[in-house]
Amino acid sequence: MKPSVRIASGQGFWGDLQTAPIAQVRKGPIDYMMMDFLAEVTMSILQKQKMKDPKLGYAKDLIPLFEGVLLDVIEKNIKVITNGGGVNPLACRDAIFAVAKKLGITGLKIGVVLGDDILNEIDSFAFRGITLDNMETREKLSSIRNNLISANVYFGAFPIVEALQQGAQIVITGRTTDTGLTLAPMIYEFGWKNNDWNKLAAGTVAGHILECGGQASGGNFSADWKSVPDLAHIGFPIAEAYPDGRVVITKHENTGGLVSAATVKEQLLYEIGDPKNYITPDCIADFTSIQLNEAGINRVEVFGVKGRPATETYKVSMAYFDGYTSFSTLTYAWPDALEKAKKADEILRARLKDLHLSFDEIRTEYLGFDSCFGPLAENHEELNEVVMRIGVRSHDRESVERFGKEIAPLILTGPPSVAGFAGGRPKPSDVIAYWPSLIPKTTVAPKVIVEEM
Amino acid sequence: MKIQLLQIAHARSGDKGDTGNVGVIARKPEYYPLLAKYLTVEKVKEYFHGICQGKVERYELPNLYALNFLLHESLGGGGTISLKNDAQGKTLGSVMLRMELEIEENISIGR
Repeated sequence: MKPSVRIASGQGFWGDLQTAPIAQVRKGPIDYMMMDFLAEVTMSILQKQKMKDPKLGYAKDLIPLFEGVLLDVIEKNIKVITNGGGVNPLACRDAIFAVAKKLGITGLKIGVVLGDDILNEIDSFAFRGITLDNMETREKLSSIRNNLISANVYFGAFPIVEALQQGAQIVITGRTTDTGLTLAPMIYEFGWKNNDWNKLAAGTVAGHILECGGQASGGNFSADWKSVPDLAHIGFPIAEAYPDGRVVITKHENTGGLVSAATVKEQLLYEIGDPKNYITPDCIADFTSIQLNEAGINRVEVFGVKGRPATETYKVSMAYFDGYTSFSTLTYAWPDALEKAKKADEILRARLKDLHLSFDEIRTEYLGFDSCFGPLAENHEELNEVVMRIGVRSHDRESVERFGKEIAPLILTGPPSVAGFAGGRPKPSDVIAYWPSLIPKTTVAPKVIVEEM
Repeated sequence: MKIQLLQIAHARSGDKGDTGNVGVIARKPEYYPLLAKYLTVEKVKEYFHGICQGKVERYELPNLYALNFLLHESLGGGGTISLKNDAQGKTLGSVMLRMELEIEENISIGR
């Protein structure tokens, strides 16, 4: 058994810093790199891409990323784990095999985790009494069944562990939890059991720290953002894991950013609910048990983590089509910038009313004044300029489309000194709504395939 | 004395559907009792009037000298439904830190 394993965060979301994975494999030693690509509605976007082209449906960014890192990954024997396989992990694997071939690499083993995509089984589940009702609102799935775009079970770390045990150097999954990507190598390397609850919780906490990339190493840091050095070359976080569950969060030397107790605390509190019950497929982690210790420059030790047995259910993430939105902005200049913008909004709403269009919501915000603070915005001295941002939502596409034709006329038929209407008429976008649910673990099974090219 | 939360705490916020989460962390361990005492559910609910349409929940993490707040129905429906500029609640932490608190204790604030 290795005395410790270094697991690096390479991407915190789809669209993250493209140079981060390259820095992680080149600027210092690591054993693993995990890359998280999937937010709540990402799967539905990928499902739509797959419907148009059966070879798509994974995070396409992965291909140039692998072109950038694969030679280093092979040379340094780094293992890479990502959930960027989306709704088509097999096509993603084949695309990576093609990259490897182009780079003259042979003998690469890639593991794929399948079985999370249950879109085609929804009706047979319903027939068996598995209703997949909304776990938050208790609504029945039948109310949105016909608009369903994607349905994926959140798997945990263990299918990835199986792929590693079969010799995979790269593991591509669909809807695996962000935390499972980091926990899996610890289970594999240290031989943790599926009921080592404290250790599984410790690895899960490390996963939560790593899953948003630079947000744990100085990015979006509210405590003292001005003190963070060289964010232009921010080093993404690395979890140095030990067999007893102790983890040191750090980053490569000679990179920018900051790892301190404060940066780690901010990330620990990011997007959590009840801290005593952080539920994953692998365990329940108790965030009130976490102890931190600054153990050197850019080194924070995380220890004392307590865990409890996992639940009997998997979370299911579903997405459905729910109408259209459109947005537009106009910029008004001093004098009376805010007053002008508010008058423009009033005129626009009057015109929309005259047209008898159907909207579920019309929302106007004034960027530079109240889009963050809402009714809490305080009036200061007169604004130099303000951006009126107006959005509409409707199930009637024509109404949303017609809204787009009412913005440009405001420039010559509304209040004066207005700029910023470039790029033509705003177009309707689909609204993809999220439907979280639970499913008994006994009803779905992950499938692991490892192949050598 | 009157203090602004920013002086004794830092924060990070995010979203889960239509619920905003705001983690509030004491800048020094000795400030945590002030957070626990004054940053009550009632105070936060009243402060976010007009932003938070639902209930407010508070969780304590004394190990991190921090509180976690859930602000239900705060993001205009959340996700791609929301028409808000900040549909993911990323700036709710800043809004929280701007809050002023009247405290009985006399503390010296050095940041």
